[in-house]
This record gives sequence, C-alpha cells and structure tokens, in this order.
Amino acid sequence: MTVVVFLVFVALVLAVSSYTSRRARGVGGYFVANSSIPWGINGIAFAGGYLSVASFLGICGLIAFFGYDGFLYSIGFLAGWIVALFVIAEPMKRRGTFTFSDALNRTFNHPGIQLAAGLSVLVVSLFYLVPQMVGAGVLVEPLLGIPHYWGVIIVGSVVIVIVAGGGMTSTTYVQFFNGGLLLLVAATLTLAVLARGVGTADRPLEEGAGGVPSYQFRELPVRVQGDSVEVALDGVRTVDRHAVIDRYTGDEALVFYRLSHLVPAVSDGPDGYAADIKGRTVRLDGTSGPGWSVESRDGRQFVRIEEWWRLDTTGPPRLVETQARTVRSDGEVLLNGAPESPANRIRQMGGVSALPARYGERTGSVGPLRLLAVFADRDTVVQLPRATTFSTAAGERVTIHYEGALSGSTFMRPGLMFPLEARAGEPGITTLLNRLNFISLMLALFFGTSALPHILIRYYTVPSADAARKSTIVAIGGIGLFYILTMYLGVGAVASGALNPETSNMSAPLLARSFGEILFAITSGVAFTTVLATVSGLIMAASGAVAHDLMANIVRRPVSDTAKVRAGRIVAVVVGLVGIVLGIAFRDMNVSFLVGWAFAVAASANLPSLLFMLFWKKTTAQGIIASILVGIGSSVALILLSPDMWSRYGFDAATAPMPINQPGIVSIPLSFLVLVIVSLATQNRPQPVPRNS
Amino acid sequence: MDQRSPTPDESFERRKSAIGIRMTLLYSLVYAGFVALSVFQPAWMGVRALFGLNLAVTYGLGLIILAILFALIYNQLCRVPNGSAGGSGAQTKGGRP
Repeated sequence: MTVVVFLVFVALVLAVSSYTSRRARGVGGYFVANSSIPWGINGIAFAGGYLSVASFLGICGLIAFFGYDGFLYSIGFLAGWIVALFVIAEPMKRRGTFTFSDALNRTFNHPGIQLAAGLSVLVVSLFYLVPQMVGAGVLVEPLLGIPHYWGVIIVGSVVIVIVAGGGMTSTTYVQFFNGGLLLLVAATLTLAVLARGVGTADRPLEEGAGGVPSYQFRELPVRVQGDSVEVALDGVRTVDRHAVIDRYTGDEALVFYRLSHLVPAVSDGPDGYAADIKGRTVRLDGTSGPGWSVESRDGRQFVRIEEWWRLDTTGPPRLVETQARTVRSDGEVLLNGAPESPANRIRQMGGVSALPARYGERTGSVGPLRLLAVFADRDTVVQLPRATTFSTAAGERVTIHYEGALSGSTFMRPGLMFPLEARAGEPGITTLLNRLNFISLMLALFFGTSALPHILIRYYTVPSADAARKSTIVAIGGIGLFYILTMYLGVGAVASGALNPETSNMSAPLLARSFGEILFAITSGVAFTTVLATVSGLIMAASGAVAHDLMANIVRRPVSDTAKVRAGRIVAVVVGLVGIVLGIAFRDMNVSFLVGWAFAVAASANLPSLLFMLFWKKTTAQGIIASILVGIGSSVALILLSPDMWSRYGFDAATAPMPINQPGIVSIPLSFLVLVIVSLATQNRPQPVPRNS
Repeated sequence: MDQRSPTPDESFERRKSAIGIRMTLLYSLVYAGFVALSVFQPAWMGVRALFGLNLAVTYGLGLIILAILFALIYNQLCRVPNGSAGGSGAQTKGGRP
C-alpha cells in the first residue's frame, strides 16, 4: 500500500510538472515563469518550497523527543518571514528581474557583485541541498524497504526532470501542489489527534509496514546492596553493571545492569529454535550463538540471553527493561540479546503514563488549547525515548534505549535540547557557551529565512511588487498555520506511544500509522513530495545563479537568451547530480543540524548586503562584495572548526577551535562590520555608472 | 543623490518602507524578549499564563500569531492611496528587463 501511494504521489508531481512545463518557453519562462504566477498560488508555492522535510519530519520528531525545544525551531523559522515581508519582498521585486544579484547590483552595475552574489547562491543552495537529499534517503529506507542511496537517486532524478524540463513554471506548480497537500495532511492529523485525546494506555500493539512493533516494557522488583542487585526470579544472573551520567539532566547517574536470563523457546525444525523475545517470536539458528544459548529446565526449553535493564530507585527499587543494540568486538551486531531480523527489530517507545487526576485514564476528545494545557500540566507524566552509548570491558559498543519519565511542566518549556539553565557542578563557561549557541541559532533563523536563495527567486515569478507583498503574506499565513500544527503533531506522536527510539525523523509518519495504514501511506508520500518541492527550488536557484550571474562574468560577452536557457538546463542536471553524490556521501549527517547551518551561511552571506544596499546610502560595491565573501568564508570556516565537526573528524569536541556549533552570532555581525568598514574606506573610489531605475 | 521632489509613488514607497522597518523593529523586540526569557529566566517560561497554558507555549504561539497579524495590518497600510497613479506595482510582465 505504501509503495502504491508513494508511486501515485511521484506520478502526480511529474504530471503537474509536465502539464505546466509547456509554459516554460524562453528565458523569462524558464527562469521566472514569465512573472505571471498569481500571488495566491505564489504564496502557497512559497510555503511548499520553504517547508522542507526538516520542518515536517524534523520538527515533529524534535518536539516528540525534546518537547518544547523542537517548537523553538518552528518559531525561528516563521519569525524570519517578518524580515522577508517588511524589508525584502517589494524592493527585491522592484529592483530585480531574474536573480537576487540583479537587485543587489542595480545601483552599482559591478561585475564583482554579480560574481559574489552568484557564488553565494550556489554555496547556500548546496548547503541546503545536502540535508534534503539525506532526508529523502532516510525516508525511503524504512518506508519502501530500499537502500538509502536509492531514495537520494529517485529524488535527484525526478527533480532533474522537473527543473530541466519545466524550469520555474513547473517548480512553482509542484511547490504549490506540495504546499497545499502539506497543510491538508497536517490539519487532518491534528484533528485526528484532538479527536482521540490522550490516554495512559495508548500503546498501539498492531504492527504494519514501515512501523516498528509496540511492546510493554517489564519491570522487576529488586533488592539493592551497594553496587549489586538481587533479583527474585529463577535463572537470572547479573553479568555486568554500568553507570553513566544522564546527559538529559546532567547530574543524575544512570545505572544499567546486564542480566542473563531465560526466555521460553520451542524447537523450530531440526536446526533452530523459536524464542519469545520482547513479545515477538524470534527464530534462532542452532543451539547457541554470540551471547545466547539454549537451556533445558524441568523438561522445558529456554534460550538464555543477555539484556540490559535500568535501575529505577524513584519508588521501590526495580529494574526496568530497556532495548539495546550491541556491536561486539568481532563485529557481530545483537539487538536485545539476539541477532537482528525482521521479527527482532527495534520496538517503539514513548507515551503518556499519567494524567492529571480529573481526567482519569483518558481525556477523551479535547480542544486545541486543552490538549496543550494537558501536556503542560505538572501532573502529566510523559515517557520519552532516551539513549546512551558506552563501551564495555569486553570491547563491545552498547547503545541502550530506555524510557525517561518527565513531568509535563518540564516537557513543555525550553531546556531539554538546549541546556540553558545553569546546572549544579557545571562550569560557568559551559552554561555561557550553551546560551550563546542558542542565541546564535535563533539569530540565524531570524535573519536567514529572507536570504535563502530559493525564497529570493520567488519574488520574480509574480507580476508586481504588490503581488510580491501579497504572496509573502499568504506564505506567512500558510507557514504560520503549519508551524502551529507541528506542535500538535509532535505531542500527538508522544501520546500515540509510537516513537521509533532510533530515529526521531519517523515520528510524524508513525503518528499517522497509529490512525491507520492509509493515513500512514499518504503522510509518507507527502513527506517525499516535500523533498521534491524544496530540492526543485534549490536547484532552480542554483541554475539561475550559474546561467545568469556566473556565466556573464566568465564568458564576458553578451549571451543569447537561448544559450542562457540551455545553460540553465545543463546546470540543473549537473547540480542535481552533485546533490545525489553529496546526499549519498553525507548520509549519516543530522538533517536538522545541517539546515540550521544553511540558514547561518545565508544570513551571513546575503542579508547584510541586502539590508545596507536598501537603507545605507554610503554602501559601495566593494563593501557589498567584501561582505558577501567574508560572510560565506567566516560562516563556513566556523562550521568546519565547530565542536560538532571536530568530533566528526575523530578529535575531542572539547578541543575544537570554535567553542560553539552555531556560527551566526560571530559571522553575521562580522559580515555587517566588514560591509561598513570597506564601504567607508572606498567612498572615494569611482563607482560604476548606475543603471536607470 | 537625487534632489528632485519625490513623485506621489516614491513618497508612498518611502512611507511603506518606514512602516515596514518600524514593524520589523517592533517584532524583533518581541522576538528578542522571547529569546532572552528562554536564556536567562527559563523557569519563568513554566509559569501558567493564558488558557491554562504556560508562558512558553503562550509566548511561542503568540509570536506566530503576531507575525500573521502584523502581515495583515501591513497589507492594509500598504493599500494604494487615492490619487497615486499605478500604485506601487511596477509591472514587469514577461520577465524581461
């Protein structure tokens, strides 16, 4: 079913694209859809292009796993549109014709500006392209059961067909189609979440395609004596103990015990056993394997496996069952004590375990404000998937997924993902850096939106500055509504108890699956068209920048319109192919993180020059060029020197030259400063003759 | 710089631009207040505010709704005044310079 719906969505996108592509004739048709898109359609297309897979899957997942902190992205992503509407939209339309560099260069007519602006569009587009491509792969892997790279290749190929074939016209209508679908699906899911309400026993047990099985994790009462525990259960032995600092609360130590215990098994043919592991019948070949062995007791057969349990001493001491993925020193991977298989997969986690007394076990249907109030209540307890990774003395690498209980009042306020509060025993500098990191991200989101290349090109697809303003207002309405709905999708995913502890990105589709396979298939299909819509916009922006801005500077002679369109199509194919390669190469990168970086690069490279060109009369061409180049250079350099990249290179993150991950707080002011200093220093330089405006 | 007296269209553009900048600054202040509260007084964000919601949710949703309201107000203020021929819509049909 998922595959069919998925193919239907891709076919619809291609149909929309092919139907509209015949209007993409000529240079105006290819690059700016003849500036004839009605403002209403342009506004929804803004939403369809802007709301990327990071907004849909990424934010829902972050809210489901980290509560309110995920919603901070929603707020930042929307707030940036204020700058776009009030400051950028109309002047951009009035001053430009094809690309952002047109508007920037109108006063100066300086080839260097065109070159720098074109370069900046190319860099930011590629930065933004990578997480979208990676997201496509992440999506198809569990949904269609095909490898990650196939998702990337499918997206790349479809987008090349859309952009190279139909240019901006097809891109616009594909984005319009996607924007409408995205709002419709988010609204439907929200209504379903409100109608179902919240219950403390909502743990769906059905299993379907693409999902992960549900399971009620067990608890064992224990007696604690020093570092050892006594379990009153036949055949159980404690093998190992491991204590780690809880990275979610900072000061509490988490203690895990590895228990060797027996699970019922029956002989399954001459050469294997079927064992009951975490609610599933798992087939094991032979009578023993790495970490497990068959045992007989009182004439019955069991499999002895080793599993990790978490010590909980908040009430009477007990061990709570967890899930663990263990990579042994010989490379063998075990999940929950047995080899991973279609039956032995990661189980879903999460849910609401307590509600305020007045609701009993279920709230029943609730209104939109009531649902958020229930989640923010201090008597509500949510169970969130948490993970910790460590190495054992035997050289195994163990990742434990456990459920962490949290009061609603903590879940629904900032602090879970961005640790902003000073913690006991934490050095003051750590608190300061955490805060700077957060401010830096919020700054980049606010200033980055209006400087994103695939947003900037959409001001040229409408006939007038008035239409540019109106379509931006439609965009704010649609995107604002969508981001409000993300809150419901996120908390709805927690309430459904259907979170995949290994990937937060699947939270929205899994929430949809808790309402049935059809909604699951549609949600997944829409998520995929979201990638197509955003990637089309990015490739279109890159195509315009190369064909219109860079080529003019490299060829240095007038280029015919036909040649420009041909170049645009070739660039679309090349950038699409580069996107495929990068999407496969960076498959392990965190999608949301990369998007945050793309905003920072866009804000640093483009926004200072845009604002100063409009509002500061002393701005010079040299100032603009310096600002763009320093903006790109400094933001990219700071990202490469950040703790996150440092640990990816294999070094200790604490020794990274740049102490925070988000570059915006340094690179944005630096770009502004460079613009002012260089402009003041070049006041007496002869400026190129302005074009008539 | 241009010393001639501005046309009605140009002065309307300037007025719009001035309104836009003021509204951006006002919104930036509200946004900065939100970021500052989250960073320096996160505990306050848990305090109950409107409709049984805490301050974090009220302020966050408020910022989104305020953006939509500001957009609508700005659009009202940007309506073409009587007597301004052609309004602000510099038509560029055909996508050619």
